[in-house]
Amino acid sequence: MSVRRLVIGVAVAASLAIAPASARQAATASKLAVPYTMFKLPNGLTVILHEDHSVPTVAVNVWYHVGSAREKPGRTGFAHLFEHVLFEGSKHVKEGEFDTLLEAAGGSNNGSTTTDRTNYYETVPSNALDLALFLESDRMGYLLDVVTPKLVDGQRDVVKNERRQSYENAPYGMANLRMTELMYPKDHPYHWPVIGYMDDLTAATHEDVTEFFKRYYAPGNASLVIAGDFNTPEARKKVEYWFSDVKAGAPVPPLTVPPVELSGVIKETLTDRVQLPRLYLSWLTPALFAPGDGELDLVASVLTGGKNSRLYKRLVYDMQLAQNVSANQGSARYGSRFTIVVTARPSEDPPEKILERIKTVVDEEIEKLKSAAPDAREVDRAKNSFESGFLGQMEVVAAKADQLNAYYFATGNPDYFATDLARYQKIGAADVQAAARRWLPADKRLELTVLPAGKGSGK
Amino acid sequence: MMGLGSGVPGFRGSAVRRFGIALSLVLALAAAPAAQQAPDRSKPPVPGPAPLLRVPPIQKRTLSNGLPVWIVEMHEVPVVDVTLIVKSGAAADPAGKYGLANFTAAMLDEGAGTRNSLDLADAIDFLGASLTTGSSWDSSTVQLHTPVAKLDAALPLWADVVLRPTFPQNELERLRKERLTTILQTRDSAPALASTAFARLVYGPRHRYGTPGMGNEVSNTEMQVSELKDFYSSNYQPQNAYLLVVGDITPAGLLPKLEQALGSWKNAGPIARPALPAATQHGARQLYLVDKPGAAQSAIRLGWIGVARSTSDYFVLDVMNTILGGSFTSRLNQNLREEHGYTYGASSVFDMRGAPGPFFASANVQTDKTVESLREFFKELDGMRQPVPGDELRRARNLEALSFPGAFETTSGMAGNLSELAVYGLPESFFSEYVPKIQAVTVADVERAAKQYLQTDKFAVVVVGDLSKIEKPIRDANFGSVKVVTLDEILK
Repeated sequence: MSVRRLVIGVAVAASLAIAPASARQAATASKLAVPYTMFKLPNGLTVILHEDHSVPTVAVNVWYHVGSAREKPGRTGFAHLFEHVLFEGSKHVKEGEFDTLLEAAGGSNNGSTTTDRTNYYETVPSNALDLALFLESDRMGYLLDVVTPKLVDGQRDVVKNERRQSYENAPYGMANLRMTELMYPKDHPYHWPVIGYMDDLTAATHEDVTEFFKRYYAPGNASLVIAGDFNTPEARKKVEYWFSDVKAGAPVPPLTVPPVELSGVIKETLTDRVQLPRLYLSWLTPALFAPGDGELDLVASVLTGGKNSRLYKRLVYDMQLAQNVSANQGSARYGSRFTIVVTARPSEDPPEKILERIKTVVDEEIEKLKSAAPDAREVDRAKNSFESGFLGQMEVVAAKADQLNAYYFATGNPDYFATDLARYQKIGAADVQAAARRWLPADKRLELTVLPAGKGSGK
Repeated sequence: MMGLGSGVPGFRGSAVRRFGIALSLVLALAAAPAAQQAPDRSKPPVPGPAPLLRVPPIQKRTLSNGLPVWIVEMHEVPVVDVTLIVKSGAAADPAGKYGLANFTAAMLDEGAGTRNSLDLADAIDFLGASLTTGSSWDSSTVQLHTPVAKLDAALPLWADVVLRPTFPQNELERLRKERLTTILQTRDSAPALASTAFARLVYGPRHRYGTPGMGNEVSNTEMQVSELKDFYSSNYQPQNAYLLVVGDITPAGLLPKLEQALGSWKNAGPIARPALPAATQHGARQLYLVDKPGAAQSAIRLGWIGVARSTSDYFVLDVMNTILGGSFTSRLNQNLREEHGYTYGASSVFDMRGAPGPFFASANVQTDKTVESLREFFKELDGMRQPVPGDELRRARNLEALSFPGAFETTSGMAGNLSELAVYGLPESFFSEYVPKIQAVTVADVERAAKQYLQTDKFAVVVVGDLSKIEKPIRDANFGSVKVVTLDEILK
């Protein structure tokens, strides 16, 4: 789950889960080379530079290696709250100036938070690289000089309205928040929602917030990618100049996350002010890049990618029981979730009964995949669409910059594009079948249903 | 964990990480005076001269049947975008048949040539290509996006969809159910209801802009195959179309393929274009409330009939709206989000179409701040009639002018820009003139435009929210006449 600072602005496909690719063509792999220069500053900041002169812009992309998983129960939502606070100015940047200076230079910015990391990024005309680096370095080095309780309160109100808009007042929004609570134990770092709880946001003290920043926002816990229309030696000098006075922080110890497994079927029913019932099935699955992760991307595609995918064809096209169906391997650093979502069509039958019928069909299709390997064409079709997705990502400098940071954070190698592609290349039909068998057990999963308020029977 | 990449001088391995960091710090401090001056943070660095935008040329050609082909070469990534633009969209829907253009476009890839819906989708998906059909107010499109290596295989499929759609009855019935369900789901979302309500209440049920592009429950229930076929044959003609190709191709290599794919397409007769009735503004401000019990936020839309895409005030309105609600630092967002925290974001837009489209400001605000939010909306809208400070104007002009290159980064972005030229008959010089014309907008221009286009005393104001909590406070605030409207009045 990714929570963004604002709804307007540059959209960057940040999630590895939705942008993987596959190719059997060496030609594509060669186009996926993203040459870079990487170095580390004395204060610990990792810097990755990639030149791309196709348009006269530069993407500056900072990942702080902290997400909601670093929070503590009772004090949730901090990583995301900081994603807002970091745009409110720092010692040498007056409140509001972060945005006004960038806009005056023709730049745009945004940020987003997941369980594992927070990213901050600007896209600026190539003449404004110094400005972007000044702003990024100042908030890395001098944020706490200006963070007051009043400033935090202001952004706390905005975040509460983000929560209302994206979850509480959005159809089915609360189901998305509920799933991780039901699937991870209370002390597991993926238990609470990235956006946090209203009560925690209210209760957070100024000391809590500043302590969190001191611990996790030092240069040694961050990586900076610059991609676009610049000259590498010059950009390196600019980075060394602007970040030279940012002080190193204490090393951040690795997060130890105990393995987690479901012991049975968890069932829950929510009601929401919606017209149509919806079924969510979700399993705990291997972490990003762990064995099984790529295979489950292909399982998702075989089940719901395109009109001929198995679940779409049966539920939406043939039986017309469902309005839509999706499956997704939501890859994350310490463990993933594979989730199938089906929204029912209007029906005379009670919603519970419709969802039972839908669930039966989903289970039949999963069982079929477990008992026989998919056709080669099904798997190839899925791989081809991943490959094209990869090419699309190459078109957008800001997307490339974010992916360089993502790969660096996950593997230590920013230019992991071709290797990532090869991961899918190696997967055969039998591997897809094996992944479905191993990771989608019918007796260990979440079954969450959402029923329209006032329309359920016997509620 | 931190592997050494190629060419990474000074990058340290992980084995001695803590020690490594400490050591390098010492070295850095020792070397600091000579090697690295401390950054001057006393004032923000001022960007040098802005880079020049190099918009690649549009290479204009014509197929033997008269179909104009516009080609832009972009060779960075091996992909290509092939888009047929038909200059008929929802605005061409006959009265009582709202949604016809949209439904027709949706049916094009549900069976074409010798392939049925599933076979067509399988063939496209297998290539890793995507084929999208759709319609807007003023155009319909059939867009192919494909790895250039697959173009030869994908082009005949795309041509089938453009030239030989079969409109199967069973697929129409399937899509009908899907569309009726989508329309039903409008009721779930306060922002979606607010947008639908605003259009209906500003334009009324008899103007095309008063009903969503996809039509409503009644029109979608009644739509027949014969009507879709008629719309297709009378609007999808070479004389009513443009072909836009952007990507890793050259005209010499491409044109024979296009000629082969589309050369046989012939004109079938004159294009009928129903004239949109002139829409009239409200005589006085009117508030409309729509109940959404239990809503945690109120969805607000306020505005009136704005301008057509052909307006001579295009650049002035671009800059004015950037100041008002078209950017993060805009007055509406700064006030309602940053200053007051009532919302996650507030914005405004001139939706420019073939005929004057709506102008509206919008936000989703927490329920208990609905009246306060409305007050701030009016304050900012009315405040635009005062002269805009010079630095605020410069910032807005720069944002629009200097971020313009971003619109040309991808093949689909470029195709979108070309499409606007084609649909609205704009000169190619629009691209080269954009930056100077934006930079020429003055304080007086903005003031005049605000007085002309932001007359809040004639605005329609739509609020969708929990009326048990917001109706009385809104009435008591005396913003104007208040009317409660039902969902049926909006959606039927």
